[in-house]
Amino acid sequence: MSSAGGFEAHEGNGEHRGDDERDEYLGRDEDEFGGAADTGSAAGGGAGDGDVPSGTGGTGPGGPPRIPLPRASVEDGGQPLPGPADLGSPAPVPLDLSHDVLKSLLGAWALAACSPAETAAVEEHLGACGSCADEALRLREAVGLLHQPESLDLDPALRTRVLQSCLNRRPPGIPVPEWASPYDAETARLDALLQDFGDAEWHAPVRLRWFEADQATSRRTTVAGVIAHLLSVDGLVAMALGLEDPLAEVLERDKTREQGSVAGPAGRTEAFWRTSHFPPTRSVRAPWREQSHSLVRTVSFTGGAGGLTVPYDDFQLPLHDAMLDRAFECWVHAEDIAEAVDYPYDPPAPRHLNKMIDLAARMLPTALAERRRAGLSAPGQTPHLVPAGAPGRSLRLEIEGAAGGEWLIPLDSPAAVGSAEFEVAHVALDGVEFCKLAAGHVPPEEAAAGQVGDREAIRDVLFAAAGLSRM
Amino acid sequence: MAQKDVPPRWDRKMQQRLARGEAAALGEMYDRFASLVHSLAHRVLGDERAADRVTREVFAHVWEHPETYDPKQGPLRSWVAAVTHRLAVQRLRATETAALPQGESGSAQELESKLRRASVAARADYIVHSMPAPLRAALELAYFQRRDYRQTAADLGVTEDEARRRLRLGLQLLSTAHNVGTPPGYGGAV
Repeated sequence: MSSAGGFEAHEGNGEHRGDDERDEYLGRDEDEFGGAADTGSAAGGGAGDGDVPSGTGGTGPGGPPRIPLPRASVEDGGQPLPGPADLGSPAPVPLDLSHDVLKSLLGAWALAACSPAETAAVEEHLGACGSCADEALRLREAVGLLHQPESLDLDPALRTRVLQSCLNRRPPGIPVPEWASPYDAETARLDALLQDFGDAEWHAPVRLRWFEADQATSRRTTVAGVIAHLLSVDGLVAMALGLEDPLAEVLERDKTREQGSVAGPAGRTEAFWRTSHFPPTRSVRAPWREQSHSLVRTVSFTGGAGGLTVPYDDFQLPLHDAMLDRAFECWVHAEDIAEAVDYPYDPPAPRHLNKMIDLAARMLPTALAERRRAGLSAPGQTPHLVPAGAPGRSLRLEIEGAAGGEWLIPLDSPAAVGSAEFEVAHVALDGVEFCKLAAGHVPPEEAAAGQVGDREAIRDVLFAAAGLSRM
Repeated sequence: MAQKDVPPRWDRKMQQRLARGEAAALGEMYDRFASLVHSLAHRVLGDERAADRVTREVFAHVWEHPETYDPKQGPLRSWVAAVTHRLAVQRLRATETAALPQGESGSAQELESKLRRASVAARADYIVHSMPAPLRAALELAYFQRRDYRQTAADLGVTEDEARRRLRLGLQLLSTAHNVGTPPGYGGAV
């Protein structure tokens, strides 16, 4: 390198890789390129010959040396340099390369990514060729603009703050319904978590856990498999809204196998998993995200009007509850994923969490009735017959924390009304803990923080809550 | 990294949706562009909270004035970058001017050069972010991984000629970041 004596004035810059290096040159070229810097078209147009217009007419004979030395070479990256004996000859003999080849080396030269012989050849050439010297200078300055990308982890709470401040400044003509905003927020949070996942994360094993017939159940999959699961089950809402079933093609292929029901969440997910030729990859992210965006968009237009319901396997939910349910599932599985890849993940915003808890509390009376029908309730318990709409025996569910509140759960019939007057038991739980119970992630025996009153009623309600979970 | 192959149709549709006040469209805009906006603002301002604030201003502008985007001038992405650039530099100028000792012309010059450096750095980030992926991959190998161009060629499974071409073209694109006065990719038409 030192053979190119004319460059020595810039010796000091040779080692720089950061912001300082370009200062000296910054003022010079700024007005020389008038064209729009649209990188897309520049890439297309410039790809052929690679010549970017330069306004300077080459280095004048008497002008100052303008070419900085390349940055420290690859070999200088903290490792010991080879001894002189290893180098063969003391200075590389410049190669005899054509102008075109030398020009093509300018980018690699600027990045110190050439062989020593090529470097010497380029530098000799720069003393003789004005247009290459101009370009070399420009490319060397460009190297100084390369930065290690900063961490792009955005605070997930920023989304809510930014959107809210926008909506305050200009009220929306078509708002996202209140009951869809938890789904909007949770899908955005999960998507942000997935943002920087590499292959290792996408294929990290995840165990889905839920309760079935009072037993903890689980199923092994991967992070990508979980997103496939969310895509499949969100598809139930999509179909109810008249959108395309994301599994249409999969189910068509699966028909030949006749492996039982493919109607509900688990059936659809299993069909997706077994029909894919390969295990799901990161490629499931885009369709999942696209569908979640189009669900939010579509419910903004349809609203809750028309009494739309979403059929699951063996039950159905009104649209707004289904959207809450999907928000809940999205969070629960985002937790599964975060745990699998060892990332932190926060619970939903309190006002969203509160709605999810409310949904579970509203589903409990029906779940209790089903347990009775299935013979899962404690033996010997005889439910009091309660006329529809009348107050009945109730359990007070007290949820602590910012998302908390109190719910009176009628115990004997979904048609009965919860009543403080007929309260027979009181359970107190933290909000997140209750959600983990309802997700089947915490055994009912270990869930309650505080309980007073009818033991059997409490046990029944806690098991019913765990039974709300599904794959 | 960023979604590249978004058809211009998406841009036009998004503009229409924003114009009629569809809150869901605002959310989609945020999901697509927030990390770009925030990182550009952060590159200019070097401060997390200031970048948050600019992010809020950018989306407020997009939401309140979607009509100021002209699809004929370029992609929505470039426009968002240009708005970010303008607002971030504006904020930097305001905060730095407030901190300036009074009546010292030397500091005023320093301020100008600081603003220029921040502008160029942000434009460079945007260019790297939006250049064709093969070029970016080559630059990343040669610069960040310190591979020479032959190793870069081998890593990318391309010829040495092609590796040289990509490195040169990538730097040529990057060098346009010095075009001061031209917000990235949008010809200054904000």
